[in-house]
Amino acid sequence: MSLRVENLTVYYQTLRGDVRALEDATFGLSDGEIMGLAGESGCGKTTLGQSLIYLVPPMKLVKGRVILDEDVLPINDTGKMDDFRYKKISIIPQYAMNAMNPIRKIGKMTEELLRSKKVDFKAILPELKRRLDLVKLPQEVLDMYPIELSGGMKQRMVMVISTLLNPALLIADEITSALDVASQKAVAEMLVEFRNQDCCNSAIVITHDISILYQIADNIMIMYAGQIAEKGTTKTIINTPRHPYTKMLISTLPEVGIRHDEKRLAGIPGNPPLLLNPPAGCRFRDRCPVAFEKCLDVPPFIEIKPRHFIACWKETGANA
Amino acid sequence: MRRYFGRKLLIYGLTFILAVSIDWMIPRFMPGNPIRNMLTRVSVGTTAGASQALYDYYSHLFGLDLPLWQQYLNFWNSLIHGNLGISSYLFPTPVKQVLLSAVPFDIFLLIPSILLSWLAGNYFGAFAARSKWLDNTVSPIGYILTATPYMWLGILLAWFFGIVLGVFPIAGAYSFSMLPNLSWHFIGSVLLHWFLPFASLFLVGFGGQAIGMRNLIIYELEADYSHYLEALGAPRGLIRKYAFRNAVLPQITGLALSLGVIVAGALVTEVVFSYPGIGYLLLAAIQNQDYFLIQGCFLFIIFGVLFANFAIDIAYVIIDPRTRRGMTGESA
Amino acid sequence: MNDQKKKNEFLFFSLRNKKLVAGLIIIIFFLVLGFVGPIFSPYKPFAYLNPLGAQPPSMKYWFGTTFFGQDVFTQFVLGLRATFLVGAIGGGIGTLLGMFIGFTAGYRGGMVDEILNIITNIILVIPTLAVLLIIAAYLQVRSVFTECLFIGFTAWPWAARAIRAQTFTLRTREFVDLARMSGMKPLKIIFKEIAPNMMSYLVMTFILQFGGAILIAATLDFIGLGPTNAISLGLMMQISVLWGALQLGSWWWFIPPGLAITIIVGSLYIMNVGLDEVFNPKLREM
Repeated sequence: MSLRVENLTVYYQTLRGDVRALEDATFGLSDGEIMGLAGESGCGKTTLGQSLIYLVPPMKLVKGRVILDEDVLPINDTGKMDDFRYKKISIIPQYAMNAMNPIRKIGKMTEELLRSKKVDFKAILPELKRRLDLVKLPQEVLDMYPIELSGGMKQRMVMVISTLLNPALLIADEITSALDVASQKAVAEMLVEFRNQDCCNSAIVITHDISILYQIADNIMIMYAGQIAEKGTTKTIINTPRHPYTKMLISTLPEVGIRHDEKRLAGIPGNPPLLLNPPAGCRFRDRCPVAFEKCLDVPPFIEIKPRHFIACWKETGANA
Repeated sequence: MRRYFGRKLLIYGLTFILAVSIDWMIPRFMPGNPIRNMLTRVSVGTTAGASQALYDYYSHLFGLDLPLWQQYLNFWNSLIHGNLGISSYLFPTPVKQVLLSAVPFDIFLLIPSILLSWLAGNYFGAFAARSKWLDNTVSPIGYILTATPYMWLGILLAWFFGIVLGVFPIAGAYSFSMLPNLSWHFIGSVLLHWFLPFASLFLVGFGGQAIGMRNLIIYELEADYSHYLEALGAPRGLIRKYAFRNAVLPQITGLALSLGVIVAGALVTEVVFSYPGIGYLLLAAIQNQDYFLIQGCFLFIIFGVLFANFAIDIAYVIIDPRTRRGMTGESA
Repeated sequence: MNDQKKKNEFLFFSLRNKKLVAGLIIIIFFLVLGFVGPIFSPYKPFAYLNPLGAQPPSMKYWFGTTFFGQDVFTQFVLGLRATFLVGAIGGGIGTLLGMFIGFTAGYRGGMVDEILNIITNIILVIPTLAVLLIIAAYLQVRSVFTECLFIGFTAWPWAARAIRAQTFTLRTREFVDLARMSGMKPLKIIFKEIAPNMMSYLVMTFILQFGGAILIAATLDFIGLGPTNAISLGLMMQISVLWGALQLGSWWWFIPPGLAITIIVGSLYIMNVGLDEVFNPKLREM
């Protein structure tokens, strides 16, 4: 499978004007790749993930297109998108723990969902059971109500449901955020296992926790204030980031073994801009230690090394 | 589930005891002397000595010459034995008989109107949540209907359909010229007399249910599980079905809570149409100071409401599968 | 700064919300009518003026006259006054009682909550009209205020339930924990931390109680158990029906009172929906 996103721009319509949540996102995803999508709260990563599969008001598509395996995805047409949803592209939502109907047994709900998508439930049942084993959920779960499950169990159940039809692209939105550290590791590893066992082809893992991405992602894309800052292999981003924001982000990660009364944990001073009326040019400008006049223009997203993209005038040279 | 019913039965038990106690207090705290009041209506042309004998007789009969606590216990005693006393307004008919002759009319009026208004209201409310256009037509109608005082709607219907158009009669449960029998003629008359009061109760209830359901469905359609199904491309029909099933639950408990209002509405509607139900009887009893009839009516009303509450609780357990597993979705 | 911004935001959305504005205008119209109307009317409500009895509206008697030749318009506007009074005071008492019980139950939880819950449920189950009928029948002379008390003391469970539920959700929020840890007394916490955050909810609860009180009062008046010394819309309806207005077709006598109640209560409900939209951004339409 291959995914190509070109100049995707999505705003939120509000009574006070448009919130420019996602600006000119351009990137690609290749077969079998797990890409991590990281950034602060409000940087646009959930908007990006959502707009690939569930672009509904108040979100509006301003420009850009998404191409999945040679098909232009009709992300703006929710009726036509239904053909792609669940089968070619699927999502594990941020609210996964509340995603199941509280008054339906889980098995019944899954059956009704599959039937409504014209899938033969009886035929797929053995596979469903196998996946339950994969995520270490007991088979009795199908006979229970969501309220009888713990948060972690619900998370894993939704993971199973969302990937049941082996989508080409899976969007995993903050799947570890609400869990304890041990569960986080388990869930993250399950995701990799899903990809390895062809339960899904490629995945975009949205999180604010870079340490998880370090464990499971092939590539990492960093976003800031609606703009893509940098994208590269996990090794590159973690060890040799080039974008000023990425550098500061990585340095804020606590390291094992360092006591923080010896070395202060660095933060990034300032706050992200409000996206109702964002500043012109590079939106990191106001907090960037190396910003200069050229930064008033939007820096282009350029491949400075093979598979290493960056949007920064300083790094790519002001004449780029 | 045991816990659920246990709690409910406790509340109903306490309510019943409280209601019966209030009931018992009624004639004993009314201004004036109940026996004397009763006798002045009934006895005509008796001598002073005979009046006194009658007074003593009835005081003894109703146990009013005993200490209060003993009267209270006696009251419970006669209640258990189904003895509700003698009506003074309709002397010498026993209260129980008077009430039992009125109950069928109430049931005939209330059960269809409650059930149909609940069903129709929920259906239309869910329907309204489908599209903006539908919402803008059904909602205002719902709000107006639920804001309409029961008796005014009754008056309006009586005036317009009864007097102006002359289609329906506006008084009584059946034509005054008939005696109850099983002929089509009689049944037709009953239905004719029944329709306007029924319509009045139905319409107001319908409005309230429609509004309630519409709001609940909109809330459910914004829930996470609805969004999840939409994101996975499930058809609108499935999402609406789930939203409806989830929204029905609070509507069931809501119905139980609104029974008090419905009883009040039925009472005034019976007054407007001179429909011989228990509400109408209660009012007549108060106006004629027939204490035993007042007591009996009140008791019947309480009993009916408690019974209806219980029936609704059972319905809730059937419809909400979680209660069977020992988890209550709704708190009492 | 934040509070001021919030207030301005509410004002902005309030003025733009059609339901709220429309409802408010209608209520104010009737309020003014009730206040000012009697001044415009030269007649006394119970004076027997028209020897012809029940007459349709005319230049002399704007809403026509009753069976007894009384001016319907005068009765109507005075009835409006009584309606608003009972709605406000009865609804106010109901809201205050509901607040007291709801806050206590919601904040304390545990045994206190259980007991208050049982009491609330008992009063909810008992059809209070039946009780009111009987109590009202005791009192030979009843004033408007007595009616308000009746209504307040039987309508509070609805408010209490709603307020209790909201208090529950707010109780677990951090700022309440903070206040509790800093040693604030529970009553103070309720009034300084919880209530202000529920302000919108309390306003909406009051509006519902107000509307409900008007309806209950109309019902009581209609049965003849309202105030014995005042005219009210419900009373007008009762007298008109008792004296054959239906058969005589004196529609000007029984239609205005009920219509006014329907419009007023309906506007209150719609105002409530509008307020909900103002306070709850998710419901706002684009």
